[in-house]
Amino acid sequence: MENPYLPYPVRIDDIEIATEDKSLKTFKFVFLNEDDEKNFSYQAGQFAELSIPGVGEIPIGIASSPVEKGFVKFTVFRTGVVTTYLHNMKVGDIMGIRGPLGNWYPWDKLENKNVVIIGGGFAFTTLRSSIIYMLDPANRSKFKNIDVVYGARSPGMLLYREELFEWEKRDDINMHITVDGTDDPDWKYHTGFVPTIVEQNAPKADEDTYAIICGPPIMIKFTQPSLTQLGYKEHQIIMSLENRMKCGIGMCGRCNIGKELVCKDGPVFTLEQINQTPKEY
Amino acid sequence: MKFITIDKKDWANGIEKSRESYRLFGPVKDKNGFLIKSLETGTLPDMDYYDCVMSAKSVLFPQTQKMLSTTLDESQRNHHIMKEVKTDTSPRAVVGIRPYDAKAVELVKLNFDTDDYRDPYWCDAYEATTFVGLGINKPGPFDFSTSTGSGPFCEDGLDVLLGDLDDKYLAKVLTDKGDTFLNTCGFDTLADEKESSALFDILRKEAEKSIVSHIDTGKLKEKTILDLHEAPFWDDIAFSCINCGTCTFVCPTCWCFDIQDETKRKASTRIRNWDTCMSPLFTIHATGHNPRETKTQRVRQRFMHKLKYFLDKYDKGIMCVGCGRCVKSCPVNIDIREVCNTMNSYEKQN
Repeated sequence: MENPYLPYPVRIDDIEIATEDKSLKTFKFVFLNEDDEKNFSYQAGQFAELSIPGVGEIPIGIASSPVEKGFVKFTVFRTGVVTTYLHNMKVGDIMGIRGPLGNWYPWDKLENKNVVIIGGGFAFTTLRSSIIYMLDPANRSKFKNIDVVYGARSPGMLLYREELFEWEKRDDINMHITVDGTDDPDWKYHTGFVPTIVEQNAPKADEDTYAIICGPPIMIKFTQPSLTQLGYKEHQIIMSLENRMKCGIGMCGRCNIGKELVCKDGPVFTLEQINQTPKEY
Repeated sequence: MKFITIDKKDWANGIEKSRESYRLFGPVKDKNGFLIKSLETGTLPDMDYYDCVMSAKSVLFPQTQKMLSTTLDESQRNHHIMKEVKTDTSPRAVVGIRPYDAKAVELVKLNFDTDDYRDPYWCDAYEATTFVGLGINKPGPFDFSTSTGSGPFCEDGLDVLLGDLDDKYLAKVLTDKGDTFLNTCGFDTLADEKESSALFDILRKEAEKSIVSHIDTGKLKEKTILDLHEAPFWDDIAFSCINCGTCTFVCPTCWCFDIQDETKRKASTRIRNWDTCMSPLFTIHATGHNPRETKTQRVRQRFMHKLKYFLDKYDKGIMCVGCGRCVKSCPVNIDIREVCNTMNSYEKQN
């Protein structure tokens, strides 16, 4: 068995500023060894440790999709030591990626179901991965209706804007894009907080409908009642958690919620599972 | 089962002889009391020790350990590409380990050797190690090992169990590893199986009888995690805690660790260090949010992990071997035995 602490060496292939305040950047990485890309075979919803020698590691959700080949992408918010360092790195620099880690959204269970994706702020990375995966011609027929509610503070804070507006034009996905507020008179989409937009636009739940939520704690807190009102049961609400991590493989001991380790048993849990554990996240 | 008699007059020679094939670790006294240390040539394990401040956990899991390294010098080939730091995996033996400390190794193994991942540093060290245990004839006042599934003559995790019979040791050979070690020492005087077995029984029963400290764990399993987590007693338990981390430091079953990068000039090393759930830094997010911000939350985490989460997760008993080190070392007298009994007898009021 391989040493699970050893990252795959990668080269930064592209860096894109993702939001107007420049606090988020999207990094595209290419594996130095071709075999490593095969070994890094992942599912939408998983994360990886971005590993910068001499600085440290950070767990970040994978923003690229399993159906996109030749590279992996991560969108990173500048907040601590490692992310600040990463934001100052340049195309061509060598670093490492360790993973894929954790579980993923339950794609088997979601087959032949309606899927509602709800995201807020910069917690849209693994949701992007999921949407690209579901919209792939080889996969689209596996799912019934796809609805997406995605909100940010302002239009310039929405991630992956070009893709969002492309999806908006398609007829096999229902986009409900929203911003908290904007002074742009040409803004064509919703204005208002995510919970309200969910209440007004998300489909009512039947047995075959599942919601995936990712966002800041405050958004999740206020979106839950909206979903309950629409008839979603606890097992139909799927969430992705985050906690401080080091090893990412269930050994270092810090990311637990009760007996579940967010890094290995998660990060994806249903609300039903989360309600049976201490809320230490 | 094979038993060997070792005359104490031959002990020193045999142990010295084993150095041809093994690096030795064992109890030695320093200014802080007894510790399990690497034994330099000529130093024998102190087999008369009463109790050891630290367990043998550092033999497999050093307090600080190099994991990976690379160079940050961009003129060098393979700069910024991390490589595994090779560790010494030559055979080693821990001579004189207490049975409860060997049991602790078995529990820690559940964490480091899983179906999904194998921690190579811990597992390689584990596979290289022979555990030669010494039964405890006179358990100390803090020992409550018999009520944790261990005991003064427990064989779990051991390759050889020694019984001290004043002028000689009686060795019970538990594994092939143990057999090889005794052979290397030249200890080969076979003892009668029936008689030896009976002798060990007597030693064990005498020792177990003298253990006065017990805990009750029988009802922990049936309680829910949430009921125990939300129980009203945690503030009282944590009240006197100063979050010093001594309990996790001395605990033979505490394995939590931190990973840090250190750079000297252009040489960068990724190292791991023992960590402690008693520290707020253990869980704080980069945003400043901390899911276990308060002392009560951290104290509760320690006891819930040992006495409930581990029990539920593996169904291999609690993550405590009853060595009593944390009870003895705690500066404010927080006692896991009392906490365990409180948890075990807790009934949620509706």
